Amino acid sequence: MEAVSRPVTAELPIGSDADLSRVRQRVRQAATDLGFGLAQQTKVVTAASELARNTLVHGGGGLMEMTSLDDGHRRGLRLSFVDHGPGIRDVELALTDGYTSGGGLGLGLGGARRLMQHFTIDTTPGQGTTVTVEAWEQGVPTARRGTP
Amino acid sequence: MTVPWPSRPAQVPVLALGDVLLVTLQGELLDTAAEQLQQDIAQRVARSGATGVVIDISGVDIVDSFLGRVLAEIAANARLMAARTVLAGMRPAVAMTLVELGLTLPGLATALDVERALELLSGHPLAAVPSDPGKEDT
Ligand SMILES: Nc1ncnc2c1ncn2[C@@H]1O[C@H](COP(=O)(O)OP(=O)(O)OP(=O)(O)O)[C@@H](O)[C@H]1O
Ligand SMILES: [Mg+2]
Repeated sequence: MEAVSRPVTAELPIGSDADLSRVRQRVRQAATDLGFGLAQQTKVVTAASELARNTLVHGGGGLMEMTSLDDGHRRGLRLSFVDHGPGIRDVELALTDGYTSGGGLGLGLGGARRLMQHFTIDTTPGQGTTVTVEAWEQGVPTARRGTP
Repeated sequence: MTVPWPSRPAQVPVLALGDVLLVTLQGELLDTAAEQLQQDIAQRVARSGATGVVIDISGVDIVDSFLGRVLAEIAANARLMAARTVLAGMRPAVAMTLVELGLTLPGLATALDVERALELLSGHPLAAVPSDPGKEDT
């Protein structure tokens, strides 16, 4: 079942904490527009906040690409967080809860993986990191509201 | 690009209610503002000798690991100055998400709303007080 993806619908810079705030708001809007329920919206926005902050703090800044998806049955949202920072040498270690190379809690990467339905890391030491996550409509089917 | 953008959020209000500081968080809180708030609260507790801090997060729609850590540090700092911190009004969706994130906020008492948080701090008999309410001396 191949997901049909439309072209990237938005590209947002990640260079400051104000950008993190904008990322959260745009992802919230997209999740709402796709008809995600409140619980799922909250998970997706939280995961986006974690990954965008990693892009900023560990990756030295970058951007987020947002794409809406449709596999014919459900709608989804793909988010890619792209930086050209130092990369991650040991991805398994980075994903371990509690592991941090800075002063964090070490929950962001592992937490984002649990909060989303699909999670991949593409990283090369010295070149950068791209973390891509997807969330799909889930739960009981509800009538889609016709009003924007 | 001129995308309309809400103006910078106002300073987080910190209100003194007797011996308790009431902090109301609303909507989007920038990382720098959260760190500033952490300092402000520590100073206010030190200056006022408050015995309790209530942080109302009913208007907050996500808590990520950064804000979670700031909240935990606010509580830890307050505790060093003999003040207890209660987190009031966490939304159910936020609580569920925190569990999946793996954030446990140890040492932070929670209450359904501000009223119950204040009862908790005043040792009201109807509130479930986790520790001995008569314990005041340091
Ligand atoms: N985009 C990135 N570029 C380089 N290293 C990264 C990137 N994202 C994560 N890492 C590495 O993975 C580690 C774990 O990330 P994770 O988000 O789980 O924890 P953290 O950011 O250290 O703390 P927090 O709990 O506050 O998120 C980081 O400490 C960092 O070393
Ligand atoms: Mg992180």
